Amino acid sequence: MTSEWPLWEVFIRSQHGLAHKHAGSLHAPDAEMAVRNARDVYTRRNEGVSIWVVRSSDVVASSPGDREALFDPAQSKVYRHPTFFPMPDEVKHI
Amino acid sequence: MTPADRFECLLRMGDSALVLAQRLSEWVGKGPVIEEDIALTNVGLDLIGQARMWLSYAGEVEGRGRDEDALAFRRDAHEFRNALLVEQPNGDYAETMARQFLFDHWHRLALKAMEGSRDERVAAIAAKSSKEVAYHVERSTDWVIRLGDGTDVSHRRMQAAIDGLWMFAGELFLPDAVDDAARDAGIGPDLAALAAPWRSAVGAALAEATLAVPTDDWAQRGGRQGRHTEHLGHLLTEMQFLQRAYPDAKW
Repeated sequence: MTSEWPLWEVFIRSQHGLAHKHAGSLHAPDAEMAVRNARDVYTRRNEGVSIWVVRSSDVVASSPGDREALFDPAQSKVYRHPTFFPMPDEVKHI
Repeated sequence: MTPADRFECLLRMGDSALVLAQRLSEWVGKGPVIEEDIALTNVGLDLIGQARMWLSYAGEVEGRGRDEDALAFRRDAHEFRNALLVEQPNGDYAETMARQFLFDHWHRLALKAMEGSRDERVAAIAAKSSKEVAYHVERSTDWVIRLGDGTDVSHRRMQAAIDGLWMFAGELFLPDAVDDAARDAGIGPDLAALAAPWRSAVGAALAEATLAVPTDDWAQRGGRQGRHTEHLGHLLTEMQFLQRAYPDAKW
């Protein structure tokens, strides 16, 4: 048994936001206490209306070594941005 | 109800919040982990906010020109009306949490009852404080359960903390003439009626924490009448130092 509490990643949904956003991380002995600590550490100034916590060890992350293979190919594919369509002048608000 | 009685009642609420907040502030920068340090400080700040509301209203009722600061920093120990429980030293984390747990459960019930007070100011302060205290109760109860039902060491320490503080919890449910006057006027809670729900909530948490409910219900009393343990004087020495040494000093 380790004497260190596990690390948790905290996601907060703000008053106006639709999605939870990563706010930071903290230590807590279990999930319930992680939510309580997240409330005290990350929502003291009225930042949130909802909290998610997930054990950091349960987050599966992409490897920095794979960066080129994963992300570089997208750089040369400008046609994926919808900027090549001629728009009639009459159409507004798009 | 006389203004003097109403003043007493308000001091009792305000002083308990203030003294407990001062105790919690002693943990600032020394919490076992930074998350606890922040959380405990939040609770302390909630209580200071509540103390300010109770004490400013007390000053108005008294009508002698004393504001919340004068009441907090210019009274001596025998003029404080806080419960004995909240002035007890922090001890280890189990003692701090046990003290918080026993007080929070009483505090929640007392505020709930005061939300229906015939004094609108009292009802408003109670309603605002209730939301904060609902969270305090959950936090301290969580810790009592986790430390009680934790390791051998944490269990032993939490049981010792509950046993040691138990005799200071009783006075919260023992009304005197002032409490009776407040209850009859529909302004303050019926303290004796809070004992059963308190025992039931505290008992359920202690059971989940695998802790024994102390069997000796003898209660030390006097704090709410101004007769304190030796600890309050030391606490006030630190809390009031600045205003005593440099009266009317301002930031």
